[in-house]
Amino acid sequence: MSTRTLVSPLTLARRRGKTLYWTVFSGIVLLFALAFLFPVYWMVTGAMKSPDEVTRTPPTLVPDKWSLTGYTDAWDLMDLPTHLWNTVVQATGAWILQLVFCTAAAYALSRLKPAFGKIILGGILATLMVPAQALVVPKYLTVADLPLIHTSLLNDPLGIWLPAVANAFNLYLLKRFFDQIPRDVLEAAEIDGAGRLRTLWSIVLPMSRPVLGVVSIFALVAVWQDFLWPLMVFSDTDKQPISVALVQLSQNIPLTVLLASMVIASIPMVAMFLVFQRHIIAGISAGSTKG
Amino acid sequence: MKTASKPAVPPPTTVRPVEAPRPGPQRPPLRRRLADQSRAYAFLVGGLLCFALFSWYPAIRAVVIAFQKYTPGAEAEWVGTENFTRVFHDPEFTAAWRNTLTFTLLALLIGFAVPFVMALVLNELRHAKAFFRVVVYLPVMIPPVVSALLWKWFYDPGAGLANEALRFLHLPTSNWSNGADTALVSLVIVATWANLGGTVLIYLAALQSIPGELYEAAELDGANIWQRVRHVTIPQTRFIILMLMLLQIIATMQIFTEPFVITGGGPENSTVTVLYLIYKYAFLYNDFGGACALSVMLLVLLSAFSALYLKLTSSGGEDS
Repeated sequence: MSTRTLVSPLTLARRRGKTLYWTVFSGIVLLFALAFLFPVYWMVTGAMKSPDEVTRTPPTLVPDKWSLTGYTDAWDLMDLPTHLWNTVVQATGAWILQLVFCTAAAYALSRLKPAFGKIILGGILATLMVPAQALVVPKYLTVADLPLIHTSLLNDPLGIWLPAVANAFNLYLLKRFFDQIPRDVLEAAEIDGAGRLRTLWSIVLPMSRPVLGVVSIFALVAVWQDFLWPLMVFSDTDKQPISVALVQLSQNIPLTVLLASMVIASIPMVAMFLVFQRHIIAGISAGSTKG
Repeated sequence: MKTASKPAVPPPTTVRPVEAPRPGPQRPPLRRRLADQSRAYAFLVGGLLCFALFSWYPAIRAVVIAFQKYTPGAEAEWVGTENFTRVFHDPEFTAAWRNTLTFTLLALLIGFAVPFVMALVLNELRHAKAFFRVVVYLPVMIPPVVSALLWKWFYDPGAGLANEALRFLHLPTSNWSNGADTALVSLVIVATWANLGGTVLIYLAALQSIPGELYEAAELDGANIWQRVRHVTIPQTRFIILMLMLLQIIATMQIFTEPFVITGGGPENSTVTVLYLIYKYAFLYNDFGGACALSVMLLVLLSAFSALYLKLTSSGGEDS
């Protein structure tokens, strides 16, 4: 708090410093409001204007007549409940599977000394070097026709869930955390007769709550925000998540309805951010060198 | 601790010899080792399978298909480097790479300097810190598709807010995303707006870790604000700047959503990116060989940056 920054507290305490500080401060508040809040305001209120008011020039800052028909139309005409539900299913499944499989794998690699564990870890870390989007096409072909069992996961939430598990970053985050748990704690559990699963469930996981929170947020946000992969996986309109549906439907619907749908699509993530903002912001700042 | 309250469990029937764990690497009996291994692999197998199927196998397959004529359902046919030459002679190929590299460069210039300056200023402010942090990160939480559609509307030549703002300032209007020469810059602005929050927060954290004594010493030596930035702030955050630069290059070279949603690659191919071209080859031309050839090119280039990034984080991460 009181650490010294670029400008010394002394300069700020002087009269000139004070005026300058408050000028800059109000300038920045104004700039931030204009750059980051205003577009959001414009979208939310645009959806409440009448169809011809929204295309009027010069535009109106405040809707002449506030109307919620944009929102209700979006909800009914765009079939938003279906697409929102699809997104929720995709995100939740990816989140749960990632937690289960990545945690188990990280625990094994960190604590159970599997044969070839080093090689496996190396292979997992190597995938960090491969940018995800560069591999979407061969990944699509794999999902369309799984090797050996020859089934297709296209138009199936599993096509989102299973590839999401192959997340080297989250797995490594978990493994590093498990590595730090003191040996004595785990040995004590073993002496008490706890099995591997029991140790993981009642000792390791409760201790790992912070890292599990971070992984959870990453997993949920990633699926909710993704566009290219669900665009490839879901050709069936009824199965599409909201991001894909929005783009597909954006061509031929009234602007106010589109805007309302965009607002509705943003609400879950923005709400999650506002609730967990402290954790999210702290996580980003702490993970600074790891991005 | 939860263990303390647990009822005492009778020792397991197979009592482990007391001297077993620590000093001598005395190997436990084979049966036990096998049991341990199978248990370890039971934990590992789900994750391992997913990595094998959706990371390792596609990576190998991209390289294989790049040398094949491949359409799903039909027999694959080896064609040597034909895919590469065909893709290479596509006029869109040059456009896509030029656009992608220009985009990355512009994103570095704009999307890099702006967050740094923002963080620098924010770090000096003593009030409403939480407000700034939340507001700057808000666009990051808005789904990228929504940001893209929102800006598409702003860029609209008729009722778009962008031209309205220019008119308000008595400036000449622009074609924005509808002009061949302005479209790419327009997309950079969208991407910057949507993503800079994360960069700002990371810079802020880095700035806060600079010891105040350095500034004090510099000030005593008569350094003005600009000199303090130049000789204290920048050297102290050099490592983070480098890291974020690499991350930004990796991320922006994979740009897809903005051109797909806002411009559809146009006008006149001015916003076709490499990833967009890959998508077109696969899903418009049904030419998976060509798509994989392009993917391999992108992969090789980006992996070099990723390798550099990982090397730097693992070696320099500890001391900074």
